[in-house]
Amino acid sequence: MTFLQQALAIAGKDLRSEVRSKETVNASLSFALVILLLFSFAFDPGSEQTHEIAGGLLWLVFAFAGTLILNRSFARELVNDCLDALIASPASGAQLFIGKCLANYVLLLIVECICLPIFVIFYDARWPRQFWLLFLVMLLGTWGITVIGTLFSAMTVNLRLRELMLPTLIYPMLIPALMGAIQLSTVLMAGEPLGADNLIWFKLLIGFDLIFTILAVALVEIVLVG
Amino acid sequence: MLSGAILAWNLHTMFLRVPDELNQGAIFRIIYFHVPSAITSFTGFFFAMFASVAYLASKNLRFDAIAASINEVSLAFATITLITGSLWGRIAWGIWWTWDARLTSYFVCWLLYVGYLMLRRAIDDPTTRARLCAVLSIFACADIVIVWKSIEWFRTQHPGPVLSIRNGGGMAPGMEAPIWWNLLALLLLSTVLIMLRMRQDAIGREIDSLRRYANAF
Repeated sequence: MTFLQQALAIAGKDLRSEVRSKETVNASLSFALVILLLFSFAFDPGSEQTHEIAGGLLWLVFAFAGTLILNRSFARELVNDCLDALIASPASGAQLFIGKCLANYVLLLIVECICLPIFVIFYDARWPRQFWLLFLVMLLGTWGITVIGTLFSAMTVNLRLRELMLPTLIYPMLIPALMGAIQLSTVLMAGEPLGADNLIWFKLLIGFDLIFTILAVALVEIVLVG
Repeated sequence: MLSGAILAWNLHTMFLRVPDELNQGAIFRIIYFHVPSAITSFTGFFFAMFASVAYLASKNLRFDAIAASINEVSLAFATITLITGSLWGRIAWGIWWTWDARLTSYFVCWLLYVGYLMLRRAIDDPTTRARLCAVLSIFACADIVIVWKSIEWFRTQHPGPVLSIRNGGGMAPGMEAPIWWNLLALLLLSTVLIMLRMRQDAIGREIDSLRRYANAF
């Protein structure tokens, strides 16, 4: 099997078990809805000010909801020592990691695609005219969250304080990606065209994704096996 | 000893010899601690990353102890930087804190290394701890580089670099010299602290093994 086939096999396994149990997506989605509800108390939902910070609110929801998915990613393999079996399998650490990343990526994107229209309805925002550009930002930003999150999920899987450690470690790490995604989404949600000065944020997102994907793939073997 | 002597001499220079800055008055002197401790902390974080890479390459726990000690001491210097910066900001800008790019990035950096120390606390097994912390150290360092680059991209209200290594700088030579001397003093001081911390670590491990030895009988 090639590198990609093995990674896809892992991703397929994760997605299949998720389709059968639906536990993570359901939990993450309901958590996202709760946050959207809480925001309505923190800000005046229909006001102009809320539209100006729409991008930030959206990415906060994505980041919070994402942690739930990422937390479960490796933790679900602890039962029956599945993680040890996966590590002992012919798949390398990098393949296991990429497979897990792909599965988390798909799940997180599903949650995001459901949250976006709900956000637009709840907060009386305009549906972004350049939706595909916003989708591109979502693809890039989410990959950043997924790569860092999956690696740290593997790092913290055996800790007692796993649920606490993961968010504490990944949010500061994710700030460059979140900053870029928030800036671009705010502009796009407001329906304004992207200027040349926004291009730097795209570069930041792409650079962030590339650097940390390479680093994570290079180091994951050490994290998992030692 | 040398570090102490240079520090004392610097204190003399910066308080008695250097005149007040035209616009800011006496408070500008805080730069003599702010900038050197910021540089010291960054130097420490980078050296810690090299120690972490060395650990991963050699699996020698000594490198892990070095990385841990350097990160701890550097975090202390980073805290000093945050506090002195905040004090200066209160006088010069009229606010304790502002979400300017450089302040934000430095705070992010500080949080990353607080996370590093938290992770160290959370893992009991020494080799697992060393392994995972080394990976985190490398990630944090890569993140700092991105955050550091971002300073040039974002609009910032932090005073631009005034040291002469960049485009001539904006400080009078007599005013700038104490910064470099203080940097030397703080780097020496941090080396001393790191060595102390490592000795403490080694003694701690020895006590641990003695205790286990005693319990075995």
